[in-house]
Amino acid sequence: MIVDVEEIDSRFLRRLKSEFDESYLSCFQCGVCSASCPVIEIEGRFNPRRLVKMARLGLKRLVLSSEYIWLCSMCLLCEERCPQGVRIPEVMTALRNLAVEEGYIPEPMRRIQRILAESGRLYPIDDFTAEERADRGLPEVEAEPEFVKRLAG
Amino acid sequence: MRYALFLGCTVPARQMNYEQSARAVAEALDIEFVDLPFGCCGFPLEPISRVKAFAMAAHNLMMASEEHLDVVTLCSACAETLVKTRWLLSHEENLLRRVNKELNPLGVEYGGEAPRVLHILRVLHDEVGVENIRRRIERPLSGLRVAVHYGCHYMRPSEAYGGFEDPERPRSLDELVEATGAESVDYPGKMDCCGGALLAMSEDVAKEMAAKKLRRLSTLNVDALILICPFCAIMYDRYQSLILEEGRIPVLYYTQLLGLALGLEPDALGLDLNAVSVEDLLAKVM
Repeated sequence: MIVDVEEIDSRFLRRLKSEFDESYLSCFQCGVCSASCPVIEIEGRFNPRRLVKMARLGLKRLVLSSEYIWLCSMCLLCEERCPQGVRIPEVMTALRNLAVEEGYIPEPMRRIQRILAESGRLYPIDDFTAEERADRGLPEVEAEPEFVKRLAG
Repeated sequence: MRYALFLGCTVPARQMNYEQSARAVAEALDIEFVDLPFGCCGFPLEPISRVKAFAMAAHNLMMASEEHLDVVTLCSACAETLVKTRWLLSHEENLLRRVNKELNPLGVEYGGEAPRVLHILRVLHDEVGVENIRRRIERPLSGLRVAVHYGCHYMRPSEAYGGFEDPERPRSLDELVEATGAESVDYPGKMDCCGGALLAMSEDVAKEMAAKKLRRLSTLNVDALILICPFCAIMYDRYQSLILEEGRIPVLYYTQLLGLALGLEPDALGLDLNAVSVEDLLAKVM
């Protein structure tokens, strides 16, 4: 990939650095993350090393619009193995959050937020479920936790 | 032993077999669970806003702390989210400030409340103890060969978990399986990720990740795959019929396996809810 300096956005870089401890970006591109990644084996275009590099360069538009920031499976193996202590999954999460702020929200994610904000649970405890729980001798649970609705909104 | 039971979203609605077997096993081992009005741990919201997600987790931690109870989770993602939040908020001041800004409209403030958060497997391994469990076995599962699956969030990130177990070569589930009399077989891909966290974003990639393990296991002649997380169960149990044409593998939660070994009846362990048939396995152990 050839880097276009016009794409470098220092404000984005500052924002990203403010998301967490600066050591999270001290990547020296060894590639242990990509070599450990279970997603790469299936989807070869996903490449955590490259995404971290793009983020560190401040390539805001390219990185935030990339569909690949959404493909990390959060297995956390790369984070355990990174010799620089970069918490790559946490960087990926921060990039997703910033993408959302910029309006790049994949539909499934929009849906998850809506469900949590409306019902307080990812999977509802509807009448049918409540009845099955009772049949199995399981206790009643808070059907729609209010604090979840409010925090997700 | 008395804990607040954290069910999360998936278990009480979609994986009641895990809840049923966990409660049954706890009762048999004199572990008391207290049900508090917990909500979502925050994990599903992290991709949208980690600050909101951590606020949710912090709220749950405060609820347990108020009752002076430690927390037991069934789901590994819930354990990880609560443990990670507690750890991050203990040293990242900027994040703590932002989390409290989210909590402010609810009239609460997170002040570092830090109940212990333990996955149920850790309670069984560390608090009840492997030897103690071995002594309580009524129906030894000798002759049973099973494959264990740890998944990812049970022991990672090791820094947040305080390194209670090797993040790449854990042993606790193997030891707990062996305490029942069953054999835990070693196999390639034992430490694979199930792909569950990708299900919403890319069903194809998630399914292919799960398929890798299932295809290998179907040639290894094991009696069951043993899990400790509901996300993994959705991938390996619920999705198995879409992945394997034949050579299907029964998938059990560890609490179901342990329940059988403790002499409990299959009905009390929710085994009727397992997607892949467990009949052959039951015929072998009963």
